[in-house]
Amino acid sequence: MEPLTNRSKTLVRKPMNLAERAYLPVIVGGMAITMKHFFRKKATIQYPEVKREFAPVYRGVHILKRDENGAERCTACGLCALSCPAEAITMTAAERKPGEELLYREEKYAAVYEINMLRCIFCGLCEEACPKEAIFLSDSIAIANYDREGLVYGKDRLVEPMDPKGHINTVEEAERQKWFKSR
Amino acid sequence: MDIFFLLSKTILVVLIFTISLVVAMYSTLAERKVAAFLQDRIGPNRAGPLGILQPLADGLKFFFKEEIIPNASSKFLFIAGPGIAMMTATMTSAVIPWGEPLTIAGRQVSLQVADINIGILYIFGVVSLGVYGVMIGGWASNNKFSLLGAVRASSQMISYELAMGMSVIALLMITGSLSLKTIVEQQSGWHWNVIYQPLGFLIFIVCAFAECNRSPFDLAECESELVGGYHTEYSSMKLGFYLFAEYINMFISSAVISTLYFGGYNFPFIHSLGLSPNWLSIVGVVVFFAKISFFIFFFMWVRWTIPRFRYDQLMKLGWQVLLPLSIINILLTGGAMAFFK
Repeated sequence: MEPLTNRSKTLVRKPMNLAERAYLPVIVGGMAITMKHFFRKKATIQYPEVKREFAPVYRGVHILKRDENGAERCTACGLCALSCPAEAITMTAAERKPGEELLYREEKYAAVYEINMLRCIFCGLCEEACPKEAIFLSDSIAIANYDREGLVYGKDRLVEPMDPKGHINTVEEAERQKWFKSR
Repeated sequence: MDIFFLLSKTILVVLIFTISLVVAMYSTLAERKVAAFLQDRIGPNRAGPLGILQPLADGLKFFFKEEIIPNASSKFLFIAGPGIAMMTATMTSAVIPWGEPLTIAGRQVSLQVADINIGILYIFGVVSLGVYGVMIGGWASNNKFSLLGAVRASSQMISYELAMGMSVIALLMITGSLSLKTIVEQQSGWHWNVIYQPLGFLIFIVCAFAECNRSPFDLAECESELVGGYHTEYSSMKLGFYLFAEYINMFISSAVISTLYFGGYNFPFIHSLGLSPNWLSIVGVVVFFAKISFFIFFFMWVRWTIPRFRYDQLMKLGWQVLLPLSIINILLTGGAMAFFK
């Protein structure tokens, strides 16, 4: 029969010669290989101290962004919840009161914003749906808790923390923008 | 039998006992480190700097674990098993010469607990007792996996003791003595027995792996077939004793290999250093321990390289390859001795 590919190999089953039957040459060869690995650079990343670098578009735990003045960008439009295939996002909208302009960017904001991390599949569709560039998936991966309630993340854990100087961390953001521009 | 003699022997016994326990303890860490390094990992490094305190943590864990004695086991033997394994493991070190005699306050202090003239026979006797620990423990557990492991261990040890003894006979034809002290003294400088007995050494080291139940001959505790082998039912420090005994056995067989084939505490150019006799014997002890450490490393290196033998392959290797080979080795040695004399 004509072979379909040229990848097939004929199996040669000739009896082993003395050196092969004595095993020792191959054992020495194997030990040489393991000894080579003994001196090789180790693949271990010592986790809590050293963290593995992720791609700039890595999809980890969500983060709700603030704008350059430190006001929350989210307007509770609900597009993220709509786009979510796992139905993990819920939110309650509220109206901005006068004097809260520095807290919320638009007149409408999310009073409650919850993502159920047990339901979330980290697909990133919320990030794509967001018209205000408010929600992003960060490179944080440490999600752990003792009960299910603890895995429903509220605004306390989702909104980007402000540093004491009042402006937000833009290095990661710049990196992300650069990556998007390069495409 | 004066007080100085008793005192020096007591100190030596306690010292050697402690050293073999400490070496066994740190072998467990070394095993994990070597395994990690051969697999491109780092290994335990959290307990103390470089994981130095890891064995202590492991030992502590063993003590705090719940102790389970199966209802259907025969309790006395179940408890006696690990004790026998541990005792026979630590007994062997008595006849190994650790160094040349020291001179303290005008007296000769031998660095060997007992220079008996049947040193090798003593080692063989005690090592073959060692299988009782495994056998009794495995049988007393009343568990089919334990029993299978014990049966495997005992038949494996009996098969390989034969070839081991035969390979040593060829060595004894050269040395003409059973005393380990005399054998070491004959190997001063570069006259190591491994040069005269390469085949015998090969047979001996393969059999030593089998005797220690070490990979590639660790069929007695082969996890993929027998759960834990003879120590399936064991927990807490009793399991610790079995594992510990294995490491002590490894230490002792490394010491025996270095003594019989690699000159013990001898090393080349020993007399051109120009040191006083006491310093020379201390350097000798250090060299001896370096050799032992190398062989312990070698044991681990082999374990993390070579896959386990199948049981029929193990028996075939023991009876059909190593035993005839060691007999041929005896013939060759005898022929060579007759030819060169």
